[in-house]
Amino acid sequence: MSPVTRGFHGRRREPAEQSGRVPPGQYVTSDFPVLSAGPTPHASLDSWTFSIRQAGDTSKSWTWEELRALPAEDVTADIHCVTRWSKLDTRWRAVSIDTLLAQVDHQARFVLAFCDGGYTTNLPLADVTSGQAWLAYDYDGAPLAPEHGGPARLLVPHLYFWKSAKWVRGLELLAADEPGFWERYGYHNYGDPWREQRYAGD
Amino acid sequence: MAGTAVRGRLTWQVATVGAVRPETSSVRTIDLDVPDWAGHRAGQHLDIRLTADDGYVAERSYSIASAPGEPVQVTVERLDDGEVSPYLTEELRPGDEIEIRGPIGGYFVWDGTEPQHPLLLLAGGSGVVPFRSILRHRARIGSTVPVRLLYSARSLPDVIYRPELAASGDGVDVSYTLTRQQPPGWTGHSGRVTPDLLAGVAWPDDLMPLAFVCGPTAFVETVAGALVGLGYPAGQVKTERYGGAGAS
Repeated sequence: MSPVTRGFHGRRREPAEQSGRVPPGQYVTSDFPVLSAGPTPHASLDSWTFSIRQAGDTSKSWTWEELRALPAEDVTADIHCVTRWSKLDTRWRAVSIDTLLAQVDHQARFVLAFCDGGYTTNLPLADVTSGQAWLAYDYDGAPLAPEHGGPARLLVPHLYFWKSAKWVRGLELLAADEPGFWERYGYHNYGDPWREQRYAGD
Repeated sequence: MAGTAVRGRLTWQVATVGAVRPETSSVRTIDLDVPDWAGHRAGQHLDIRLTADDGYVAERSYSIASAPGEPVQVTVERLDDGEVSPYLTEELRPGDEIEIRGPIGGYFVWDGTEPQHPLLLLAGGSGVVPFRSILRHRARIGSTVPVRLLYSARSLPDVIYRPELAASGDGVDVSYTLTRQQPPGWTGHSGRVTPDLLAGVAWPDDLMPLAFVCGPTAFVETVAGALVGLGYPAGQVKTERYGGAGAS
């Protein structure tokens, strides 16, 4: 139980924040804030690929055209950033990770997403399958902007949004878990917003 | 690069507010007495949690303004549509208790252990706060790493830490660009940072500089992109952003 802060009342709560849709410690924003560790990469679609790798080898790779030819879904999801903003009912056009993994033979239990700019993030395989994760390329009816991760980013809305890696270029399939970028810098290895797993040890 | 800066679990603890000092009309620096502070690195941040009497809590992150080894300070800018920053800048008084935890973040940090890389610090508005920690740390460890700081502010009265920055000493070159209002006879830069302005301030890339960029998203996007255009490897450009309505 936290001690009461003298003179602090907080602003009036948004209906959404009282509806059980917003995890603890989060507030609702209508903006789409940007957070990243370095400059925004600008990939050329001509040479862009998305690859699934195993043991250092590429098992399967899609060009931009090939990705766009795959069956896609309209996804509406609430997203939650570890910096405490949540954004409700975000709309994406995206290919399910299930669709991609169905084209690869594997025994993996974890994935490490890798990105332009060197960013990585790790996830259990069970969290990117069964209709829980996508490769997203449109946001709100328009191509995903570079500062928000375009041309394509992961979308894993049930985990804090740093797991939804921007500028993603592929997944490394792994037998054992391997921490990604923020996970090595003190952020939580799994990142469940409903359990407020912000930092290591939470 | 160093590994995690977070040692074990980060628990909430009660900090007692010491002095609260105005920096500008909308910015305050707050001294925090934290009995169990594990120490921090220059550039890290901490979380503040406020609790209303009905149990409602609000948490936000703030950059640490003091150097490693100094008592903990944060510098907070009031955002008109904010929830926590108006409380911290207008209501908070010496002797008050607030909950904090930290330090947090192991990437946007400068330890001074790589003296071969000159530093380029690029601040937009209150993005200067972590750089005050870095500059103080540099002075405290006796580092001679050459530093250039370019600070973009709306007007001269909006500049945070101006006397301290003016007294930064040898090897630290501070320049300003004022985006909205320049005083008569202003000889610094005017307007938002452009690639041309940056090209005139930035260390040449062949000196292997390390760049830190902190400010609102539009500032960081422009500056970080322009540095890459000047030949800075993306891995040598570390960014930290804030902004978005309601972000503090």
